[in-house]
Amino acid sequence: MKPHRIGIIGVGQTKYVTRRDDVILPELAREAAVIALEDAGIEFKDIDAIVFSLALDALEGVEGAEKWCAGTVGGFRKPFLRVHTGGATGGSAVHTGFFHIASGLFNCVLVLGAEKMGETHEAQNVLNQIFDPIYERQVAINAVNMCSFQAMRHMKKYGTTEYHLALVAVRSRKNALRNPYAHIKKEITVEEVLNSRVICYPLKLYDCCPRSTGACAVVMASERFIRKLNKRDVAWIKGVASCTNTYFMGDRMDDSGINDHADAEGLFLAAKRAYEMAGISDPKKEIEVAEIYAPFTTTELSAVEALGFCEKGESGISNERGVFDIDGKIPVNPSGGVLTANPISVTALARVAEAALQVMGKAEERQVEKARTAVATGEGGSLQFYTVTVLSDEM
Amino acid sequence: MKDDLIFIAQRWDIEFKHAAGETASTFFKAIMQRREILGRLCPKCKRVLLPPRSFCERCFVETSEWVKVGGEGKIQSFTIVYEKFEGLPPPPYAIAYVLLDGASTAMVNFVKGLDLNNLDQAIKKIKIGAKVKVAFKRKREGRITDFWYELV
Ligand SMILES: [Zn+2]
Repeated sequence: MKPHRIGIIGVGQTKYVTRRDDVILPELAREAAVIALEDAGIEFKDIDAIVFSLALDALEGVEGAEKWCAGTVGGFRKPFLRVHTGGATGGSAVHTGFFHIASGLFNCVLVLGAEKMGETHEAQNVLNQIFDPIYERQVAINAVNMCSFQAMRHMKKYGTTEYHLALVAVRSRKNALRNPYAHIKKEITVEEVLNSRVICYPLKLYDCCPRSTGACAVVMASERFIRKLNKRDVAWIKGVASCTNTYFMGDRMDDSGINDHADAEGLFLAAKRAYEMAGISDPKKEIEVAEIYAPFTTTELSAVEALGFCEKGESGISNERGVFDIDGKIPVNPSGGVLTANPISVTALARVAEAALQVMGKAEERQVEKARTAVATGEGGSLQFYTVTVLSDEM
Repeated sequence: MKDDLIFIAQRWDIEFKHAAGETASTFFKAIMQRREILGRLCPKCKRVLLPPRSFCERCFVETSEWVKVGGEGKIQSFTIVYEKFEGLPPPPYAIAYVLLDGASTAMVNFVKGLDLNNLDQAIKKIKIGAKVKVAFKRKREGRITDFWYELV
């Protein structure tokens, strides 16, 4: 495969919050677009195509809510495509933007979306409906306990403990204090996490993400476009890959060890492909910062193992050793991550945006020193759709 | 303006009548009529899929025959829910994925007959690897909730 020289040249985020009653969804999306375009130094007219990152329509209360937003974000007389892979939506949207430019048909693509989870108090009810209506939905599985099942298997298989889960929450909260866009900005202690109320055992309140409202946008462009613009701050996309698992979680719970629900195999395979494309042979040494899609503490433990940051089953002990701290060997979620802001439609997009800021050296307070190669992930469905994006300051 | 904003209340209230299809209908009928749990065999990887599906997603082929699985099995993962979720039953309740004897994949259902009021006491009994048996409802109606698991 010939290398594609495609980069992110502009990033825009709104502050993630519980509600935004001063704007409607299209206006919220537009806010991020305007910031990203300004960051890139271009205007709406310079955009060739738009990829819209939008997950569950029922959260917004408008079926196919992209039609509501298309014009507001500059879509008039331009190609416009909505992408939806659940939690992985933003990752898939970035990949779609990449494919647009790699095809040679477009030079500059705006990838953006917005989420208004605050519009309904029944967000969990919406998420309950993602499960199979014939065999599973009446059994009360939901978006939280699908991760409890993962945590239980990880604990059983590797001896991971609730203390290890708590360490992830504590680090995320601490990092979020540095991020002006984070939704939850309050430090917590291990004891507070362990003593927080049980939601779906073993996951407790502070193992879980908030419901957030906000928007995110990135401007992606071809090498030619970037050169013409004489742009210096570029996050080059070195690798993109995705991998899909099947729907029923029980298929990942035989005793074979193959495709185990504990292990995020889909992420492992996606990472393997993305690393290969990026020419990365040792992620432990070559990845300098990671923005991981982890709405629950347990998700991150399985993810760092799948990404090759530590051996399988060693994420707990690695957290004890501070490997993933902002000044550790491989800083994970310096932004505070999904545990401190989860605007579902754009959560995985925000991972890419944050990773881009890191390699551009524009992450301000949360900047990881000398971070030149970053990885961003997305995860959606029943721990099913995985996206991995590798970014670098080098073309 | 901040205090003066207007809100428009709306509801999505949509009724569905999902066709279960031939495969799931056969599965539910066996439960209703004979108290039997049936899986589907993949001719290629020889896994017995439960819940039964007409295709094997790993081998990309159609499954070939029905296989009756055992009424006992082992918990592969579980949770105990203590939070009230909109549209879901009042807590607490326990849910487990169980690998029934003869099945190759785990099937999720409620675990009943266990006192869940004290978490520490409950998790001494419900564990990954614990044996359970299938218990059937007396009046079955072709729903996954026609059966549940009980610790043995
Ligand atoms: Zn098969």
